[in-house]
Amino acid sequence: MTQSVVVQVGQCGNQVGCRFWDLALREHAHVNKRGLYDEALSSFFRNVDSRNSDGAAFAVGGRIQHLKARAVLVDMEEGVVNQILQGPLREVFDSTQLLTDVSGSGNNWAVGNMTYGSAYREKIVDKLRKAAEQCDCLQCFFLIHSMGGGTGSGLGTRVLSLLEEEFPEVCRIITSIYPSAEDDVITSPYNSVLAMNKLTEHADCVLLVENQSLVDIVNKIKIMSHGTKPGLIIKRNSTVTSGQGGLSGAEKPFDAMNNIVANLLLNITSSARFEGSLNMDLNEIAMNLVPFPRLHYLVPSLTPLYTLADINVPTRRLDQMFSDAFSKDHQLIQADPKHSLYLACALMVRGNVQVSDVRRNIERLRPSLPFVSWNQEGWKTSLCSVPPVGHSHSLLALANNTCVKPTFMELRERFTKLYRKKAHLHHYLHVEGMEQSFFSEAIASLNSLIEEYHHLDATKARLMPDAPRLSIAR
Amino acid sequence: MSVVTVQLGQCGNQVGQELFDIICSDAQEGQRKTYSVASCERFFHQTAHGDLVARALLIDMEPKVINRSMSMAAKSGRWSYGESSHFSQKQGSGNNWANGYCVHGPRHRDAVEELVRREVERCDRLAGLIAMMSVAGGTGSGVGTYVTQCLRDIYPSSFILNHLTWPYGTGEVIVQNYNSVLTLAHLYQLSDAILVHENDTVHRICSQLLNIKHISFSDVNRVIAHQLGSILQPALTADSHGAYSRNPLGELVSALACHPEYKLLSMCTIPQMASSSIAYSTFSWPGLLKHLRQMLISNTKMEEGIDWQVRPPAESGRSRSLAGGSFNTSLANLLILRGKDVYSAETGGIDDPALYTSWLSSKEAFSLWKSPVPFNKYEKSATLVSNSQALLRPLDDMVGKAWNMFASRAYIHQYIKFGISEEDFLDSFTSLEQVISSYSQLC
Repeated sequence: MTQSVVVQVGQCGNQVGCRFWDLALREHAHVNKRGLYDEALSSFFRNVDSRNSDGAAFAVGGRIQHLKARAVLVDMEEGVVNQILQGPLREVFDSTQLLTDVSGSGNNWAVGNMTYGSAYREKIVDKLRKAAEQCDCLQCFFLIHSMGGGTGSGLGTRVLSLLEEEFPEVCRIITSIYPSAEDDVITSPYNSVLAMNKLTEHADCVLLVENQSLVDIVNKIKIMSHGTKPGLIIKRNSTVTSGQGGLSGAEKPFDAMNNIVANLLLNITSSARFEGSLNMDLNEIAMNLVPFPRLHYLVPSLTPLYTLADINVPTRRLDQMFSDAFSKDHQLIQADPKHSLYLACALMVRGNVQVSDVRRNIERLRPSLPFVSWNQEGWKTSLCSVPPVGHSHSLLALANNTCVKPTFMELRERFTKLYRKKAHLHHYLHVEGMEQSFFSEAIASLNSLIEEYHHLDATKARLMPDAPRLSIAR
Repeated sequence: MSVVTVQLGQCGNQVGQELFDIICSDAQEGQRKTYSVASCERFFHQTAHGDLVARALLIDMEPKVINRSMSMAAKSGRWSYGESSHFSQKQGSGNNWANGYCVHGPRHRDAVEELVRREVERCDRLAGLIAMMSVAGGTGSGVGTYVTQCLRDIYPSSFILNHLTWPYGTGEVIVQNYNSVLTLAHLYQLSDAILVHENDTVHRICSQLLNIKHISFSDVNRVIAHQLGSILQPALTADSHGAYSRNPLGELVSALACHPEYKLLSMCTIPQMASSSIAYSTFSWPGLLKHLRQMLISNTKMEEGIDWQVRPPAESGRSRSLAGGSFNTSLANLLILRGKDVYSAETGGIDDPALYTSWLSSKEAFSLWKSPVPFNKYEKSATLVSNSQALLRPLDDMVGKAWNMFASRAYIHQYIKFGISEEDFLDSFTSLEQVISSYSQLC
């Protein structure tokens, strides 16, 4: 069994991360009735002796003493991390896992990446190394951050390049929250584009999440909860809609949205944590979903987002779950994958679902989903037998699809609007180490990325002939 | 003489466990002393307490499947795996052939070789080695290829049979065609014979013949194990002079794989039916053999949907092409009959020269093994192992899909970062096109 380390950077990163740990504990508590520290728990938690402050961890098999998250928390202002440390999750982290400063990054990528990046380089590497050493077999780093601000975006991408430098063999899966068009941070396009350059270069794969989609989903759930359709009652205790039942009691404003992202992470890692008839390791995600090194931006979609009170789920409902995963409403970015080109798709199923159910649904949905010519059967499946809390089964679809192109093009437009007028540029150029070339490089990288997707899109309409085979002399 | 089995990766270990289970229960059934002794000697060694321990090694890069297989064996109460006959690591090969072949294989070479050596030394005489694996993933395919190479180096004069499970056409792993191409191309140089089962075919057997509603991988594995068992259990051959053959792998290889360009073997076994129906069915040898012959020439791998229109072509009509006609030309066939009244069974026309390629006489092309002992509860059963064009279409499809993907260089960077190059890919494609060409021209 392998372990993973979660690195949460910035306000958004830490808030989402916090929800993740809360839900993870709840999930394991639900499954692990005997209080034993098993392999599943050890993938994300250490088990230490509470008496010993720098406690050596206990091996798998014993009783749970004291669970500590395998995490590193980084933020350049103290508010969020302090809140975590005062809240019910304080026992799960210890001070050696935290890195904070006081003044924040002022929504400035350059400050996060260059100023703090250099100042804290040693400390960051140190904490990462410590977390890695505490793992028997480290398979993956999960980085959670937002793209629009200064710390998550700037320092987060600096941490990413450090991860590649120090641990080149370990997979890097990044969850990036992209800002919506009406973001209140004016310079978010600059921060996002500068960060994207680093993501394209250093990440193994990126799970794209857009704030606007999360807002839409949460609103839809609210409408459904107050809906008047008879027989349709939304269960209140599903992990997707609420953190109730977890450690933290009252809900804070972004909690509902953050819960969705936290669930995404829970589901991706479920096959690595629990057993199933078709396991999928985390290194298999990148292997199967990333056909070209730079095109590693994945569109997640999660179902179900709400549970109906009807527990007895006939096959029809199961099939509905598969259909939902491919509908626009369930994607975590504003995109329409069905009308773009699929390069590859992974289906991660949890709960009591058999291989034959998955194969039947793939056959059913296949005709309506355009796949690239050289990957007509590009499906990767995994089956995990443990369902999430409050549901009988769930499905996470991760698609590598050219529908991310419009998203990137919009981002480019917002960037260009500002950059043309050189608006706010001086804030960045004043930072030591920052030059205008960073901007031009970043936009060039984004341009070529959009080009690559465009290229693949162009093959969609055309009927691609099979490549001529090698001919053998007789 | 004994056979040592090396189980590689998730599939290899799961199928292997079912195989030993079937062999053990078949061997211990009823009052057939000589058969039982021969079978046990071949596949198990006995501890001081008389317990049967499989002559097998379990190898995987992550521990879950090995643990499961070993505990299931122990639970059977009839046999078990050796306590220390296994090797695993913590992290798998990530569905990447290059990771298995270039990284994991060499890294653990010494440990694996040591395990193999110990097991072989426990045999009085080694009849040969069987390596069981799938071709779609990373460990079975990559590590499996590397281990086969090591076996070839250590035991240059022993027979090595590779049993491969080919994945469902609609895919379980996106890069399965790359992994399959690389594996087959390498194994062709190393192995004496490559025996193939396709998941699609076995799945159909489960649904149409065995009537299983929700087919699981253990159902599929059990069918594969039954078919394999029907080849490997003791039988009387032309060379064994009235006793059970002591050299099954050697005789199989010399019967079927006489030419280095033709090593792909397929098989079918009849009858196959739900165990609840077996007691109510009776069969005659002529009836079974008639079906088997038609299954061979129409290339139907199971006893349903046989195309009775297909006939061997007249002398003048023999054509050389992939798509030409649906007649399946054989290079060599091995017919194995087990059960009641087997001595009175004729060859059912399977030795008819019209079924075979012209440059091998049917005396050399056709072999017959018999055993009076019923196998695995079937009163009569007939197995046909063929070196024929049966796998040509699936192989061609697999190479075609891989080539298309390669043409756009998709996923290639994932392999290159572990140490193989585009040249290696091209070499593998070339080798397999050669194999396809050879089989297409069989007439």
